[in-house]
Amino acid sequence: MRIYLRVLMVVAALSLGTLFFFPMWKIYLEAPQYPEGLELHIWINKLGGSSESVLQNFNILNHYIGMEPINPDSFAELKYMPYIVIFFMVTGVIVGLLGKRKLVLYWVILLAIAGAVGIADFYLWLHKYGTNLSPNAPIKVPGMTYIPPLIGPKELLNFNALSLPAWGSLGVFLALVIGGLVYLLSRRKVNST
Amino acid sequence: MKVLNQKLKAIAPRLGFMLTLIAGVVLQACGGGDESKKSDTVDSDAAAAVYVPPGQHDEYYSFLSGGFNGQVSVYGLPSGRLLKVIPVFTQFAENGYGYNEETKPMLMTSHGFIPWDDLHHPKLSRTDGMADGKFLYVNGNNTPRVAKVDLTTFETVEIMEIPNSAGNHCSPYPTNNNEYILAGTRFSVPLDMKGGIAEESMEDYKDKFRGSISFIKTNEDDGHMELDFQILVPGFDYDLANGGKGPSGDWVFFTTYNTERANTLKELGASQNDRDYLAAINWKLAAKYAAEGKTHEMPANYYHNTMDHNSHIAKSNVVKKVRYLLPEECPGMMYLIPAPKSPHGIDVDPTGEYMVVNGKLAATLPVFSFSKMQQAIENKDFDGEVNGIPVFKYESVLYGEVQEPGLGPLHTEFDGRGNAYSTMFVSSEVVKWNVKDLKVLDRMPVYYSPGHLMIPGGDTKEPDGKYLVVMNKITKDRYLPTGPELLHSAQLIDISGDKMRMLLDFPTLAEPHYAQAIQADKVAPNSVKFFKLDENTHPEAVKKEADASVTRQGRTVKVNMTSIRSHFTPDNIEGVQVGDTVIFHVTNLEQDWDVPHGFAVMGANNAETLIMPGATQSLRWVPKQAGVYPFYCTDFCSALHQEMQGYVRVSPRGSNVPIKFSTGQKRPVPPAQASVN
Repeated sequence: MRIYLRVLMVVAALSLGTLFFFPMWKIYLEAPQYPEGLELHIWINKLGGSSESVLQNFNILNHYIGMEPINPDSFAELKYMPYIVIFFMVTGVIVGLLGKRKLVLYWVILLAIAGAVGIADFYLWLHKYGTNLSPNAPIKVPGMTYIPPLIGPKELLNFNALSLPAWGSLGVFLALVIGGLVYLLSRRKVNST
Repeated sequence: MKVLNQKLKAIAPRLGFMLTLIAGVVLQACGGGDESKKSDTVDSDAAAAVYVPPGQHDEYYSFLSGGFNGQVSVYGLPSGRLLKVIPVFTQFAENGYGYNEETKPMLMTSHGFIPWDDLHHPKLSRTDGMADGKFLYVNGNNTPRVAKVDLTTFETVEIMEIPNSAGNHCSPYPTNNNEYILAGTRFSVPLDMKGGIAEESMEDYKDKFRGSISFIKTNEDDGHMELDFQILVPGFDYDLANGGKGPSGDWVFFTTYNTERANTLKELGASQNDRDYLAAINWKLAAKYAAEGKTHEMPANYYHNTMDHNSHIAKSNVVKKVRYLLPEECPGMMYLIPAPKSPHGIDVDPTGEYMVVNGKLAATLPVFSFSKMQQAIENKDFDGEVNGIPVFKYESVLYGEVQEPGLGPLHTEFDGRGNAYSTMFVSSEVVKWNVKDLKVLDRMPVYYSPGHLMIPGGDTKEPDGKYLVVMNKITKDRYLPTGPELLHSAQLIDISGDKMRMLLDFPTLAEPHYAQAIQADKVAPNSVKFFKLDENTHPEAVKKEADASVTRQGRTVKVNMTSIRSHFTPDNIEGVQVGDTVIFHVTNLEQDWDVPHGFAVMGANNAETLIMPGATQSLRWVPKQAGVYPFYCTDFCSALHQEMQGYVRVSPRGSNVPIKFSTGQKRPVPPAQASVN
């Protein structure tokens, strides 16, 4: 494999590092009395938001409809996800150093699967929180569930919820695209020589 | 014929005045029925000039003193919308200021707890001669005090009593970099030189009564005010002051009246001399004399109350001594300029060269020259002295007089384009005149009898000469009548053009004396949205519901409780007995913008207390009868606000009901199928 492709592969692996600096997903809530908006940020290792106390404020709003309080300690994912990312970064760099085309393909496929599993897991959590409502909730709207959107906008009572991937996800996307390119380009090189 | 013409010319301005006066009388006689006459003076596009569309912000914050309500009102300009009332010297049942345990010490004085004062003059803190938007200093006139309002929280954070003073009217005036906040006494009193006011016969006024001017500085360690020293001055009435700027930056000027030193019927007694004095004090030299040890020391007894930023608990500290300078021992520090009879405001133009003395009983408006004053000092151009303080010759420091300015000039501010604007109390008008040539340029009738006027930055070296707010003392028919007691009226005037343009009338709380205004972007970005719970150092704070408690110590029951949408923890309290002192320490656990919770309990003899997110406030309550007493949140906080309530069971004295508290009940988990819905 050409040296520049190996470098690109290393870049692909390292671009996953953005996950440590930026959230991977953001849920925006907007309502008339929240002109400044409320943002929940999902990182690989923590939950954050537009302010330090955003979780408390989400939970205060959610308790009216009987949603379980969101507590970062209840997500085992936040504990092991960083290791998975580090695993992909390390193996990606090794793949780049070895320069084996097959390995590049395996790495990309594995990463894609991991990403898909992550999104599916995320959806399951949203579904759980949105439907597992306390029967003693002060506000009960018959038939209403509160599953936030996985991606895109959704109206939830007085709130407009919008869910979008954030910069962290772009790192994963870049890793997949660059990894895929390395695989494709290296084939062309093989053909031409 | 020629002679007649000249004569007519000579009396024409006076005739003009007579006509104005007569016109005023006629208009008043017509009563409020003639709406068209009033609206004649307002352009049809005036509404657009002050219209701030819903959801948009005003361009300026303005801080109007509340006078006899002891508060500061914050209005947006140009809309004239009331944004906030800041309690300073007066108890405020609305949020518990001066009622709850944390803020009570703010109102402590050497005379004990004082729930009221008369707040006259707001002044913004300064950096490099310009308002910096950090603090607002205000005076308490009746029981001499100076207070500081923090403009990040819009809360009063410090109040210092001024010793050896009575009627702290001539106050507070910051120097250009806040080196000192100056405060002069309105009433001279006999000082016992032991920290108190002596008991003397008023007949001995001339010999025994003295005034004082206090030099308050900001302590570099903790930012608190500190009374550095005082100057003991002759026993006049010290009315108003203003600092120099530019070349006169080291000086502060004070108007005085009652230089006759009358002790009774001052409206006559203090109006006998044709000239009173403008006192000029070189504050830098005074500070130097003080630093060099020229000061004497005497016992004192005054309160200094400070609010801790993190615990929100006010603390009182009693200071027991004060340093003072005597002008006769400090050459070059203080001079007296003869000024027209009983002057009121003294205002220094943006260049620092011209000092305008508003002689409320005088026919002309004299303007003094700072450079001429410097020259007169050099040439020792004096006309005697008072208590060892040199008095200048009037002519040697006079720049000129504005002829026929109007009747009853009180105050002047500047637009930064060489023009001055003066209020005429008696002729009810604002008069625009040119500082250089002293010619009157324009007159605007105002309704009625204006006191102070204010141009944003109009007292600094760079005024923001777009708007002028004039604060009127008499309202009468300006608004719908509300019985005998009416709100005072303020008027907003556009001064950006050659001619003044009346834009807006708005009612103001109690009696605004002076005001300050500042570009909103110098204050708004620093406004605190809520207090961080992590930074709350109140010793009785409860930061999570699990830590809430009710404990008895003798006959005091301490309730350490929390509030969050939409419940208190605990909300059922038992074991309180008749005659116990119950102190509710309520911590608002919210960490979001604009979610205060209030707390009120039935039968409390004080007030509610309004707790900002992240803060802790304490309310004292002594139940007098056995029974069950509800308490509740007073600020509509959420959809379940009405449910935010609880009960205290008060048992007879000596009852064996134990202390017990709870919130909510552990319910059995309902079976999954049981729901009918």
